[in-house]
Amino acid sequence: MLRTARAVAAKDLRIERRSKVALTQVLPFALVVVVLFAFALDPSTSLRAATPGLFWVAVLLVLLLAVQRSFAVEVTDGAFDAVRLAELDPAGVFLGKAGALAVQLLGVEAAMAVAVLVFYDPTARAADVTPFHVSVGAIMLFVAAAVAATTGLVATGTLYGALAAGSRVRDTLLPLLVFPVVAPVLIGATRATEATLGIGKTTLSDGWPAVGLLAVFAAVAVATGVLAFGPLLEEA
Amino acid sequence: MEPVVHLRSAVALLGRFPALAGVDLDVQVGEIVLLQGPNGAGKSTLLRVCAGLVTVTDGEAVVLGIDLRRDRRAVRRHVGLLGHANGLYDDLTVAENVRFWAKSARASDAEIDGAMTSLGLDGRLAALSVSRLSAGQRRRTALAALVARRPRLWLLDEPHAGLDAAGRDLIDDLLRRAVGQGATVVLASHELDRAHGLADRVVTITGGRAIEQPLPTTSPPC
Repeated sequence: MLRTARAVAAKDLRIERRSKVALTQVLPFALVVVVLFAFALDPSTSLRAATPGLFWVAVLLVLLLAVQRSFAVEVTDGAFDAVRLAELDPAGVFLGKAGALAVQLLGVEAAMAVAVLVFYDPTARAADVTPFHVSVGAIMLFVAAAVAATTGLVATGTLYGALAAGSRVRDTLLPLLVFPVVAPVLIGATRATEATLGIGKTTLSDGWPAVGLLAVFAAVAVATGVLAFGPLLEEA
Repeated sequence: MEPVVHLRSAVALLGRFPALAGVDLDVQVGEIVLLQGPNGAGKSTLLRVCAGLVTVTDGEAVVLGIDLRRDRRAVRRHVGLLGHANGLYDDLTVAENVRFWAKSARASDAEIDGAMTSLGLDGRLAALSVSRLSAGQRRRTALAALVARRPRLWLLDEPHAGLDAAGRDLIDDLLRRAVGQGATVVLASHELDRAHGLADRVVTITGGRAIEQPLPTTSPPC
């Protein structure tokens, strides 16, 4: 299973490195979303409070693009048949595709986090609002939340990506399938990020239970993917 | 000897449509069997049934001694299917594509190199991105991945499509060599002139059923 996972992840990451879709399309899209939110919301009131939620909604949009791309390379020239015919462990294929997606998504999240600090914090300062409080503990909390949330997101996205891949309406079907399921991730990651940034009356210790929730979701999503990806692949 | 492919009244559905409506077919070891027939007759579905990709809902279906109605996935490691699509990744090179698929079947480096050489994919071509290949070169790349896996049953859907005359000769030689080494070939083709020269038997698929035909002495028009 791990051998297959390594091979599939290496293949997917090599495809992304060559095509540069994540770098030239997905990442700019994420940054544009972050900037547009900054324009749309009032920096003196709404923007600061909404930052954690906006960040993770933008991550969900990026997830959709990344999952669609990940399965488009399989569907375009009928590679799914070859996957089924090859002696590839379906659980390994799931872990490999999810792993490659996680690497891309974490990279985009890091760039988005920098963009938020660059675009949102000065905007808030200019509006005379308390700036974000970023300490080492806050960074650790955010990294833990991001890793747990990303694991849950890519596991769910990969699972539903395989389910939607066989459909002619996969591009519009995928968000309908994924968004309701990852609602707990959006809630947990937003709470953890609020604690990271010290928004409202939250402290860092308020964020760790949310990380726990994210970790439980991630574990369930990965376990479900490992078990269910084979049957889903058969239907794709 | 037990046939490699044994279908009796085999029914396969695509959605609610019976793509195979009671097919009878036996293919013996070392045969090259040509499936011919109009578009939509069920040739591709028949190949996919034999590859364990499509479920047989009624009748008997045994391939390489494996009952497909009990476990169709078990047959997959022994068959090689070249479908309408090539199953290639555009952003990988020829060598990376062949290696990825062949390694998944635990082919050795020597087998992979041999397969690529036999299809003229060594040298400069091996390092080219698949997105830059012609249709014929893509077909040869997909075939190289199949050759490296050394399947016992070759299932080929329009294997000559997109190939020039030299490429078609290459494929024919390859299939004859594979059969000489104990493999069995079932191919669907509309290129009847060439396929009749290659095949030991001809089966016409029409309306989801199989009808054995005599091998013509002179080739009919395409």
